[in-house]
Amino acid sequence: MGQTLSEKIISRAAGHEVQAGDLAVVQVTMTMTVDSIAESVIRVLRQELGAKRVHDPERVALFVDHVAPACNPATADGQVLLRRFALEEGINRLYDVGRGICHQLMIEEGLVQPGTVALGSDSHATTYGAIGAFGTGMGTTDIALAFARGKTWLKVPESIKVQVHGAFSPGTTAKDLILWLIGRLGAEGASYRAVEFHGVEGSSLASRMTICSMATEMGAKAGLVPPDDLIRQHYPVPEWLYPDADATYVQEIMIDLSKIQPQVSLPHQVDRVAPVSQVQGVRVHQVFLGSCTNGRLEDLHRAASLLSGRHIARGVRLLVIPASHRVLADAVADGTMSTLLAAGATVGTPGCGPCLGRHLGVLGAGEVCLSTSNRNFQGRMGSPEASIYLGSPATAAATALAGFIADPREYWQ
Amino acid sequence: MAKVWKFGNDVDTDQILPGRYAPYMTGEAALARHAFIEYRPEFARAVRAGDIILAGRNFGCGSSREYAPLALKRCGIAAIVARSFARIFFRNALNLGIPLFESETATQEIADGQEVELDVAQGILVAGERAFPLRPPPAFVCEILHQGGIVEYYRKHGRFPGESDS
Repeated sequence: MGQTLSEKIISRAAGHEVQAGDLAVVQVTMTMTVDSIAESVIRVLRQELGAKRVHDPERVALFVDHVAPACNPATADGQVLLRRFALEEGINRLYDVGRGICHQLMIEEGLVQPGTVALGSDSHATTYGAIGAFGTGMGTTDIALAFARGKTWLKVPESIKVQVHGAFSPGTTAKDLILWLIGRLGAEGASYRAVEFHGVEGSSLASRMTICSMATEMGAKAGLVPPDDLIRQHYPVPEWLYPDADATYVQEIMIDLSKIQPQVSLPHQVDRVAPVSQVQGVRVHQVFLGSCTNGRLEDLHRAASLLSGRHIARGVRLLVIPASHRVLADAVADGTMSTLLAAGATVGTPGCGPCLGRHLGVLGAGEVCLSTSNRNFQGRMGSPEASIYLGSPATAAATALAGFIADPREYWQ
Repeated sequence: MAKVWKFGNDVDTDQILPGRYAPYMTGEAALARHAFIEYRPEFARAVRAGDIILAGRNFGCGSSREYAPLALKRCGIAAIVARSFARIFFRNALNLGIPLFESETATQEIADGQEVELDVAQGILVAGERAFPLRPPPAFVCEILHQGGIVEYYRKHGRFPGESDS
């Protein structure tokens, strides 16, 4: 019987053939946790499970990104604990303050490989599907168990096949595609399922990461793109890693990219999606360009192309937080950062930034933010009386220039 | 008797426990006090051990933060009944040993603040004259709950659900 990409990867990791609906115990090739969760993972590992050591320090990665650098004594203490844990356990893969966002580094640093299962203590671990890995987010206890055993258990998901064709119209990008899809399927439209994206061969790795990162916003367990030559150029892709032509999908969705317009998620739910043309004119105080969803060089390039030679509107703050140190260094080297600064942007330490409302751009009551991140829940970025709209880097740049939510096609070059 | 705390659809983990109030930010001891701190401020003050949450669709969507269900457990929430659960929240709550049930009718017909009785073992929720049979979870879920969570399950069996003894 034909297998989906998820069924193939999980079969390999389980050591026997599985299909959707089976319970499987799988080898995990990389498990990661971050500064905000590490303390509780260490507690469960050592105190509740009584584990002396992690199963294999080479298959563990640690990141300081959620509040980096620390914003108060409590977070500083948590980071001290994380660093000590790495030392005690002989974990070499510790990416400290300023190195960047966990999901970005998992792919950028080659910590996750096509055809493997990787776990993160963060829901956007679905990002790893961009290179054909089964990445999924889990909580403290599951991560601690994976640290202790190098394995996890999971139910093999059914898959939804998204088949795209055509090309984006000018001003429209991968972010608009995934927002449109979330709007169509809803916040639980892919619950317990994997989403396989077909026909995105023309797109960059960065765009695939944007798409896969937000699969979790439809409830998906994983979001995957079958690897192609682009991925083979940078990562070892096993020959068996493709979905069978006769694989079973619970749902198939066809999308003509040329029909998609720039999209925006409205407060306070990611699946409240509308074309940007319907919300044009909403006054904005802050624009955030960054996050694991849209903080890559491609995103900074896109924003810079609109901002070049212009200046952001009076009364708007444009926060740029690159997804990693490498993204920042590259954007400095190729002049992108100069363009952004000349346009009036301010730049923060690579990391999660204000996405989850803990530092570096927390919103006050009555403030409105257009963010390129992935969640606009009430209070997510600060005051519960603030409003968050989600959009693409192009929409973010257009909005920063206008001072209100604006259609990037009016500024597109 | 337990009191029902009723919620709507798509209650996300930022409503249950905002990231700014995570143990990482404010310390672990205050966790129970911060449950629904902005979304429903009276909750943490008035909730009693044994109370039940009744919710709509996709309860617990969003972040994988386990401290969201942990906060509810620390508040003494005895069970959560929802029309459906978000995947990661379901697994986190199960891992912590919080009984979870799906029900269409109970969540629609029982009012906020109503006094109810829940028989977790039998899967029956009684509200006044009405008894609502709750859909029984799969066997492995029942076994994890019976042990009190996944850590206890793993310590007892030495294996994961779905893993053979060998």
